[in-house]
Amino acid sequence: MQLRDLALPLMGLGILLTIAKSENITHDTPPPGPVHIAYWEKWTGFEGDAMQAVVNAFNKKQNKIYVDLLTVSGIENKTLLAVAGGDPPDVAGLFGPNMAQYADDNAIMRLDDFCRQKGISESDYIPVYWDMGVYQGHLYALPSTPASTALHYNKQMFRDAGLDPEKPPQTIEEMDAMAAKITKLDAQDRFVTAGFLPAEPGWWNWGWGEVFGGRFWDGESKITADDPGNIRAMEWVQSYSKKYGAAKLQSFRSGFGNFSSPQNAFLSSKVAMELQGVWMYNFIDQYAPNLEKPVLNWAAVPFPHPADRPDLANHTFTDEDILVIPRGAKHPNEAFEFIAYVQSQEGMELLCMGQKKHSPLTHVSPEFYAKHPNPYIKLFADLAKSKNAQSPPKIAIWPEYKDELSNAFDAIALLHKTPQEALNDVQERMQPKMDEHIERGNKRKAMEGTRP
Amino acid sequence: MKSRQRESLTALLFVSPWIIGFSVFLLYPLLAALYYSFCEYSVLRPPVWVGMDNYRDLIHDSVFRTTLWNTGMFSALALPMGMFVAISLALMLNAKIKGMTLYRTFFYVPSLVPGASLAMLGLWVFNGEHGVLNHILDPILNAVPNLLNFLFHTHLHHIEPPQWLSNPLWSKPALIVLGVWGAGNSMVIYLAGLQDVPQALYEAAELDGAGWWAKTRHVTLPMLSPVILFNLIMGIIGTLQVFTLPFIMFPAGTPERSTYFYTMYLYDNAFVYLKMGYACAMGWIMFLIIMALTFIALRLSEKRVHYSGG
Repeated sequence: MQLRDLALPLMGLGILLTIAKSENITHDTPPPGPVHIAYWEKWTGFEGDAMQAVVNAFNKKQNKIYVDLLTVSGIENKTLLAVAGGDPPDVAGLFGPNMAQYADDNAIMRLDDFCRQKGISESDYIPVYWDMGVYQGHLYALPSTPASTALHYNKQMFRDAGLDPEKPPQTIEEMDAMAAKITKLDAQDRFVTAGFLPAEPGWWNWGWGEVFGGRFWDGESKITADDPGNIRAMEWVQSYSKKYGAAKLQSFRSGFGNFSSPQNAFLSSKVAMELQGVWMYNFIDQYAPNLEKPVLNWAAVPFPHPADRPDLANHTFTDEDILVIPRGAKHPNEAFEFIAYVQSQEGMELLCMGQKKHSPLTHVSPEFYAKHPNPYIKLFADLAKSKNAQSPPKIAIWPEYKDELSNAFDAIALLHKTPQEALNDVQERMQPKMDEHIERGNKRKAMEGTRP
Repeated sequence: MKSRQRESLTALLFVSPWIIGFSVFLLYPLLAALYYSFCEYSVLRPPVWVGMDNYRDLIHDSVFRTTLWNTGMFSALALPMGMFVAISLALMLNAKIKGMTLYRTFFYVPSLVPGASLAMLGLWVFNGEHGVLNHILDPILNAVPNLLNFLFHTHLHHIEPPQWLSNPLWSKPALIVLGVWGAGNSMVIYLAGLQDVPQALYEAAELDGAGWWAKTRHVTLPMLSPVILFNLIMGIIGTLQVFTLPFIMFPAGTPERSTYFYTMYLYDNAFVYLKMGYACAMGWIMFLIIMALTFIALRLSEKRVHYSGG
């Protein structure tokens, strides 16, 4: 027999051995010692480092459980597929708005009993952050880091326009008037700077309705896209397009650099007032050191409310990153041990300080605020406690509904549709989707009910 | 007989890697998708049979129609444009001049750029304010009215170059122009086809007094027709499934869904809205559309395609 004849079988054997070995590596038999739990998280950079510090602290604190933190991009899709494939991580760090979809599909475990055992309860949290993990009466997720929004404004631009930088707008009407004063056009009638733009930064294009008292659904089964508050908000959005011209606004905005760069519209002093989240401080710190002297050059204040609706003061968009235990996780009890540590004041403050956010807990140590680099951190925590703190609607079809609202915003801002028309279109499209979702859910329940 | 059986068994054994690969990675998913298209299926829970519901909903889905229209429009414009550019390039690069291999390489290289990089590049080139394209267009658009004003004492205003990325009217053309970057692939196939055209035919045509155009029209194109047909069918399949460029350049098909293509809506349904059954139904409809178009292309070409062998 010649060596050549052996080549193919040998190669085959080699491949088989490699596969066997890699299986061996990935499916290690548990060594004696701590239980390893797999934790997938989306963060990179300093945000990832902050969570790694919490994981390290937990691993050091006890010797029964060892958390393996793995950074995963596109985490909501990969967790989904891992659950479907029956091999999910023990803990997954998803985005808050994923919860309803996952809970609706029974893809994540209920945490009610775990919390009871560990003595974690609603009263420990700022209500809006606890509530974001609740779906149809059960708790499915606990927060990792929270976020709320406020109006950020550039004091220097206020001064340049002859406005008092210590008197930020209280009402929408005041803000519009100040914006008009700050806005500068060049000889060819093109924007040089703008006071405020409803389409900037574009993350809450769907959400302005809430600022004007609008609601997106009735909390049960009815979509309310054409709620009067939503229409009023979109009329306000359109007033900017009517005043300055949709095309002009568009070409001004297309000149803005990436959000995460010094060419960011707010950081490069092109837009004076912007709705932004608690994270904005990090970007100011990193990309715009000239804005950094906070007492001097920028400030954050509650977003203005319509003058005739003082009851809508202190509106804020809240959101949070969440920790969940996927269905099919191998070590749910150990997973919750870790989640519970993150929920402790010690773990939470370590994490939120590292990420420079506020804590979602009601009890916060005085040192946390004293040491926090963001001078407005208390404002963000206080806004989250406001009765007008809003979080994304917990409907399973929300991702689709939100896309539809964003699309309506485009049509309104481009003056292609009136607010009434655009929102009616959303209503007409989404209500049947909602009905269908409920109907199919019932169908499924009926079918699953008949099974043994 | 026995040896023949042995022979076919051996043959089967040799093609078995392909057969197994095809069955596992293509045939099974294809059939599974067909089954799921009749189900309510979110990936996370077992599918539940709902009959024709998904297909019925699709008929009434206005976004589905929008994406179908966008995709059809894109295909109808990008395909002829791409073919024209590729054939023209191939004809030019078939000339016998010095350093031709170098030129061929230059024109082929852009098609090696990965889709994602091309999309990022596209965002810079087509940026309405700072893009390279508008920097070139701006002086030209400025000069034309100025010249007319000077010559004819008209009062034309400066024409603004288009907002390629944020104007629904211009977003599709931007994508089509960008797509031409990938013309190199089919260009190479055309070039191979051109090399196969027998020299004798050109000599005969020249003896009959044919010029450059007559030779191209009556010799080159007919001899190239099988390759054109092949590229046409591959082009139909490719352009109807356009995904990477718009997905990266226009998140969610902005502005106003003008760049929301079929595959993007399919992706959103499958992985964002968790409606895998609905997405499977969309996949099968696209499959049938492509089958039908391919069939039509084959039938229409029967009399126009010349195979030199038969």
